[in-house]
Amino acid sequence: MTTMDSVAPAVAAAEVLDRGRPPRKRSGMRTVYPGWFFIPAIALYVVFFAVPTFASFYFAFTRWDFFTATWIGFDNFVQFFQDPQLLNGFIHTFEYGFATSAAKVFLGFIIALLLTGPIFARGYLRVIIFFPVLLSTIGVGILWKSLLDPFHGVVNSVLGLLHLPQPGWFTDPSTALATIMGVDVWKGVGIATLIFMAGIVAIPTEYFEAAKVDGASSWKILRTITIPLTRPATATVIILSLIGGLRSFDLVQAITNGGPGFTSEVITSVIYKEYQAGYFGLSTAGNVVLFVVVTAIMVPLTTYLNRRTVEL
Amino acid sequence: MFFRRTASRALAVLAVTSLAGLALAGCSASTNSSSGDAKEITFLAGGNDPISIKTANGIADGFMKKYPKIHVKVDTRPAGTDGDNIIKTKLSTGTMNDVFFYNSGSLFQALHPERTMQPLTDEAWASTLTKDFRQTVSVGNVLYGAPFGSTFDGGVMYNKKVYAKLGLKVPDSWADFISNSQKIKAAGITPVLGTYGDTWTAQLFVLADFANVSAQDPKWAANYTANKAKYVNPPALAGFKDTAEVHSLGLMNADYASLTNVNALKLLATGEAAQYPMITVVIGNLAQSNPDQVNDIGYFANPTEKGNSHATVWEAGGAYIPKTTTGGKLSAAKKLIAYLNSPAGCDIQNAAAAPAGPYATTNCKVPSNAPALIADEQKYQDAGKTGLALEFISPVKGPNLSQITVQVGSGISTAEEGAALYDQDVKKQAQQLNLPGWN
Repeated sequence: MTTMDSVAPAVAAAEVLDRGRPPRKRSGMRTVYPGWFFIPAIALYVVFFAVPTFASFYFAFTRWDFFTATWIGFDNFVQFFQDPQLLNGFIHTFEYGFATSAAKVFLGFIIALLLTGPIFARGYLRVIIFFPVLLSTIGVGILWKSLLDPFHGVVNSVLGLLHLPQPGWFTDPSTALATIMGVDVWKGVGIATLIFMAGIVAIPTEYFEAAKVDGASSWKILRTITIPLTRPATATVIILSLIGGLRSFDLVQAITNGGPGFTSEVITSVIYKEYQAGYFGLSTAGNVVLFVVVTAIMVPLTTYLNRRTVEL
Repeated sequence: MFFRRTASRALAVLAVTSLAGLALAGCSASTNSSSGDAKEITFLAGGNDPISIKTANGIADGFMKKYPKIHVKVDTRPAGTDGDNIIKTKLSTGTMNDVFFYNSGSLFQALHPERTMQPLTDEAWASTLTKDFRQTVSVGNVLYGAPFGSTFDGGVMYNKKVYAKLGLKVPDSWADFISNSQKIKAAGITPVLGTYGDTWTAQLFVLADFANVSAQDPKWAANYTANKAKYVNPPALAGFKDTAEVHSLGLMNADYASLTNVNALKLLATGEAAQYPMITVVIGNLAQSNPDQVNDIGYFANPTEKGNSHATVWEAGGAYIPKTTTGGKLSAAKKLIAYLNSPAGCDIQNAAAAPAGPYATTNCKVPSNAPALIADEQKYQDAGKTGLALEFISPVKGPNLSQITVQVGSGISTAEEGAALYDQDVKKQAQQLNLPGWN
């Protein structure tokens, strides 16, 4: 250990850890780089991720206006849970997360079935369904906002020509949130379809042939082969779309900004508004709450879905 | 293995470049000349709409003609709450422009001027200010801001031609206003414009009623700041009731939920709609979209239950210098502010946007070709029937008023529910400001 005095402590620590192990381990998955190579990355990580994370836990307990932070204990959390908009936002977030996730799983699966089947212009259709995924969410929001404008939008103009009722879409308190969910599904179903297509294509064709030989009906093939064997894909789609739905913000912001009134407010838009209003401590507390809630839902769900995957 | 190596290398390169970038940024922060005026100062406009940009560029160009040695660089920012954030962030990180435009009143107070801004009490133009304006940009006896733009009133803008055609009189009481509106509706014209496509416009019945609240209870604002007066009780509840009633009587345009301010002004100008609860500052936009109809538009104060309505006055915005501007930049920045309030600076302001009311400095005069509704505003001034908007006499303003008034004005909740919700909203703001009586 003659080089000890000239290298970073991290390297020393790594070598200390290594000393007791057989030399073979070192050449396998372990890094071939010297420890100092990681210092920039560690510095960046500490400065931009670790410090802000811990700082946010501190500021969540203060009344903070950027200039001064006064320690107020749990007051921010109490305030947050007494806020009528917040309760509203919480409920909407769950409706949004679970409804869009369910819709994406269902629609993604049936569209994937269609697009893996022998149909005309399959490649072209696959591109079309994926295209909205590539667009910017804010752009999609603005686009649909103008398409669905109750008085000047294309959709209601067409409905008017057909003598159908013309709903207020995002301006009607009873349909605003559902309209945003619809746009979210339109934008996100492409990625679900892609994942399901990969899952369906990966099923060995022998299973289907064997089932057909045994005289199974199409319905039975779907239920006993395709659905169970695409379970890993289903798990991925559920997890991705649920996380996406629970932290959805940009579409709400672009289409209604939480309105009319508070009828399409979700938890992230409430937090954003608290921040905008200058309640930095309160909004930080909101983010801590969001973090805890999303973790509380996602950790057990992921564990459950992944366990089922392994059992298959 | 290949992937791992490339990824690590890419990360390392990224890390080194970012660190180098940080180091460079650190070096360039302090370049101050100690003697004479700085060669360049930066100037932050009051928004990014056409009028804000035109005004800021006009002022900068005029100033550079007068002081050829100083270059003024104009920056823009978004308006509204996004703009509030940018201002607060820039001030607290020490990156604020040398001169910036921002609201006076409660929003100004929320910036902690005594810690973040240069005092301007001893400047030559300070003696030309109106007493009301002086109050709204001072902390104690120290003045921090110069006026920018004219004062303006909140109330109802109406189309005089429609009123003349239907033989209507300017209403003083709420009952008159409603009966006028019903006659207008019967004539097939939109009586009251609702523009919840721009949510801020929904607050007008509440905000513009404040002079009436003050007239009935002069201590209301002080009690409100001290957590003693509430919106759920009269007289302040009236604004919420007005908002609800216009909706429940079906007096608004059918597309009130999505119509925007700019489009509503066109409808008002052409007489397709007759009345619009608004702040008169928007006359500048109407002058751009419908220049021939500007003088068809009149103004009356928000009508009250018992008549004797008062006009609610908004003070001019402010021009400020942050504490981080010192030395040569400070003297150059002070020259720019003095120029803004000189007759030449006023001419530029008048040229960029039609004034919406009298100016807050005697150095500035409303031109003779100013919009006709200024004369209507002046009538209330002459009769002494005016009052400052609440935001200039109390630091307490909840951030969610616009959404709450949309809720009330769309019939989602009642006036009383909305007022109670707003009282709750205000509590957070008062606690954040650490006001006595709220904890």
